[in-house]
Amino acid sequence: MPIPLEIVSPERLLLSRPVEMVVIPAYEGELGVLPGHAPMIVLLRGGTIRLYENNQVTDRLYVAGGFAEITPERCTVLANEVIPASEVSRAAAEQRIRDAEAAYQAADKSVVANEDAAMDRLQSARAMLEAAEAP
Amino acid sequence: MPSLKSLRTRINSVKSTQKITSAMKMVAASKLRRAQSQAEAARPYARLMQRMLAALAANAAGSPLAPHMLVGTGADRVHLVVPITADRGLAGAFNSNVGRAARNLVRRLESEGKTVKLLPVGRKGRDYLRREFADRIVHDVSLAGKRRIDFGDAHALAERIAGMLAAGEFDVCTLVYNRFASVISQVTTEVRLIPAPAPPVEENEQSGPRAIYEFEPDEETLLARLLPENLAVQIYAALLESAAGEQGARMTAMDNATRNAGDMINRLTLNYNRTRQANITKELIEIISGAEAV
Repeated sequence: MPIPLEIVSPERLLLSRPVEMVVIPAYEGELGVLPGHAPMIVLLRGGTIRLYENNQVTDRLYVAGGFAEITPERCTVLANEVIPASEVSRAAAEQRIRDAEAAYQAADKSVVANEDAAMDRLQSARAMLEAAEAP
Repeated sequence: MPSLKSLRTRINSVKSTQKITSAMKMVAASKLRRAQSQAEAARPYARLMQRMLAALAANAAGSPLAPHMLVGTGADRVHLVVPITADRGLAGAFNSNVGRAARNLVRRLESEGKTVKLLPVGRKGRDYLRREFADRIVHDVSLAGKRRIDFGDAHALAERIAGMLAAGEFDVCTLVYNRFASVISQVTTEVRLIPAPAPPVEENEQSGPRAIYEFEPDEETLLARLLPENLAVQIYAALLESAAGEQGARMTAMDNATRNAGDMINRLTLNYNRTRQANITKELIEIISGAEAV
């Protein structure tokens, strides 16, 4: 039994189709979603969304961050930036890591929230590089 | 009685004006279609965002740690008013409607003894409000020269507002913009952004009673991330509505202008023909009376 998956960006609906299983990069680790999953609202860190069909990965999408709502009947991902992993360029990812590192250095670390935000950004950029390197 | 030559020039000038207005109407119609489809495409995200927020806010609203963006600062002294207008004119009353609504709002708030700050978006609104409230404008944003509004613009604006809130620069934030009701009608609307109005509790269509969610990492962190995002989404939606409304208003205005130019051409042509006829008659009379005199 497939689970309907929707991936939405603020500008448009990016993907809407039933999949067998989807693995999303949740804040505290990857989360595999099958039909009948307990209802959850999760924060996403930067990473790769993997769509499974017949135990095979059919699609890999890089997300820079966002949210997901999971109910037993469906899975909805809200993300600002979604790029198919095959189109993620190494150069862009490396540039982003450099920017994020600079921002991390510059961030005012006396406020925990600032440091966290900068760290998340760096982590998201590194995940982008991983996505670019993965086969 | 104007001379034939001056009438001819008038007619030609009105004709070229008519050509311009009808071209502008055409352009507005095609931009309107684009703006409408963009607004359409943005709707699913906003809807889903509202749903998540409703689930989260229901849990967090009672807690004393609830973020300011949701429940406000507790005070009601300083108001930030954000009027959204177009950057160009020639769109009928589109810009002045927002300007007037914003002005009335500012006057009302000030008569209640509140401090008002203005953050106009769009050149026309800024120019309109600067005449009267120049000292209250804290910053202004212009999207002139952009072919289309993207989410980044809305995000930047939302970040700015969130920053001002964090710095304690205002307590309540209100958005004034033209909502796109139909091509011929734009409704000037005021929307309160901060504190966020309670999201409408929508009865879940499919799953009967509302699901009880687990949250990861935890509600506070999620809300802290979701609320700024939601602010950006609301601003984005308002910008798109306003952009669609602008094109609709311009289309109507230019349609009227084209029609008026047509009427004017008819009147002038009639006048021209009459004058020409009168001249001919006059010349005939002169010739005939000249012949009779011989």
